[in-house]
Amino acid sequence: MPTQHIVQSYDDELKKLSTMIVQMGGIAESQLACAVEAVVKRDSSLAEDTVQNDTKIDALRDQVDDLAIELLARRQPLANDLRLIVSALRISSEIERIGDYAKNVAKRSIALNQAPMVRPVHAVPRMAGLVQGLIKDVLDAYITADSAKADAVWARDEEVDELYTSLFRELLTYMMEDPRSITACTHLLFIAKNIERIGDHATNIAELIHYTVKGEMLTEDRPKGDDTAYAVVTAPGGTR
Amino acid sequence: MLNGNNPDLRNSEIEIKMSAKHVDVYYGDKHALKGVDLEIPARSVTALIGPSGCGKSTFLRCLNRMNDTVRGCRVEGDIHLDALDIYSKQVDVVQLRARVGMVFQKPNPFPKSIYENVAYGPRIHGLADSSEQLDHIVETALKQAGLWKEVGNRLDDSGTGLSGGQQQRLCIARAIAVSPEVILMDEPCSALDPIATAHIEELMDELRETYTIVIVTHSMQQAARVSQKTAFFHLGTLVETGDTRTIFTNPKDERTQGYITGRFG
Repeated sequence: MPTQHIVQSYDDELKKLSTMIVQMGGIAESQLACAVEAVVKRDSSLAEDTVQNDTKIDALRDQVDDLAIELLARRQPLANDLRLIVSALRISSEIERIGDYAKNVAKRSIALNQAPMVRPVHAVPRMAGLVQGLIKDVLDAYITADSAKADAVWARDEEVDELYTSLFRELLTYMMEDPRSITACTHLLFIAKNIERIGDHATNIAELIHYTVKGEMLTEDRPKGDDTAYAVVTAPGGTR
Repeated sequence: MLNGNNPDLRNSEIEIKMSAKHVDVYYGDKHALKGVDLEIPARSVTALIGPSGCGKSTFLRCLNRMNDTVRGCRVEGDIHLDALDIYSKQVDVVQLRARVGMVFQKPNPFPKSIYENVAYGPRIHGLADSSEQLDHIVETALKQAGLWKEVGNRLDDSGTGLSGGQQQRLCIARAIAVSPEVILMDEPCSALDPIATAHIEELMDELRETYTIVIVTHSMQQAARVSQKTAFFHLGTLVETGDTRTIFTNPKDERTQGYITGRFG
């Protein structure tokens, strides 16, 4: 069975759509890397550049949406083509959100640099490393239309959630031990939360890839390791 | 989930109006249809799609024995209309075609008045005892076909003087005037502009509350718009059948996907 359309230009347009998605994903991946480096190296100038670069992702998102809408109108796609185009619309939004979170991490790193250093900063790059791995793998899964790989990313986000939960507890403990660390710890907490959210968007993309390839939504509930909504840390030395 | 959610087909107790079992059709030496099994659900639209020569029109024409008139044509297998074996010797083909009507690709009104076009069937089938009753049948059929408002005041005008879309609706009125149970449509919109097509499609939506409709169409979009069930034919075989939503979002067979997405070699 031929994999190409009879109309060559249709294939060209679908190819262009996928290329733009991959390009967006690549930029988002590097934005996260830069933002985290800005945190770790306390590099405010890198942070500023990262904030600036987010507009590239936004511009690409607009281009993806324009092309996808044009394809819907002009090609009236069906079956796998329809799924590919609808998923492209949604994946571009997911990547755009990833870009926003990366930008937020960069912004907060600028504020963090004004405050004295706190210890648990090393857990942030560890979490970021995991999340970057998710983005990289989910993009690979997209390029190769590999739903098994996408499913693996989807399942792996649990590790990120668990790491976030432990970081959350750790930071609360520091804040209680030393109130002067509250400013820095709060920024770190938000940075960690942003990175954790990026992981969630990577899993959303994984779900969309699964749908594109298989034609069916992943229906089971994703395993989640984020318990922070219920976390309580008691202050050392007492109750009130 | 995109599957199994179609409200039109969700009920597992679907009433089957027509069923075909192991249907083979030969035109002389040519084996045009090969072992087709298909059930046509009552009061819904079933679309038959596939490339030219795939056998979809042949199958449609088996459903009211239009192939009987084709020389050298041989039909094997069973086709039932409710409990009636339509190929049994006892079946009166004229009566069968009153129960299973047909609308063709090109509107083909008789060169007579609008009134006569619709009244002809009921008259030859003896469905009216009086001229008042015949008037009533004509009016009801034209109303059901969505044509009454446009032609109610000029029933004596010639049917051939109407626009293409109106002529096609006149043919539908003619088909429903004899109170059929099933209406077969062979590419009923391929000669019509998009507005006239929309009128026919709207009409099909209304008619399917009363009638069982089977439509052959070359337009994927039309099949997707009007039908609840879709059957894909290729090289004389029924490749895949399913609820329309699944066929157009997630077909199971590669050949179906290839055809509906324009990848056919």
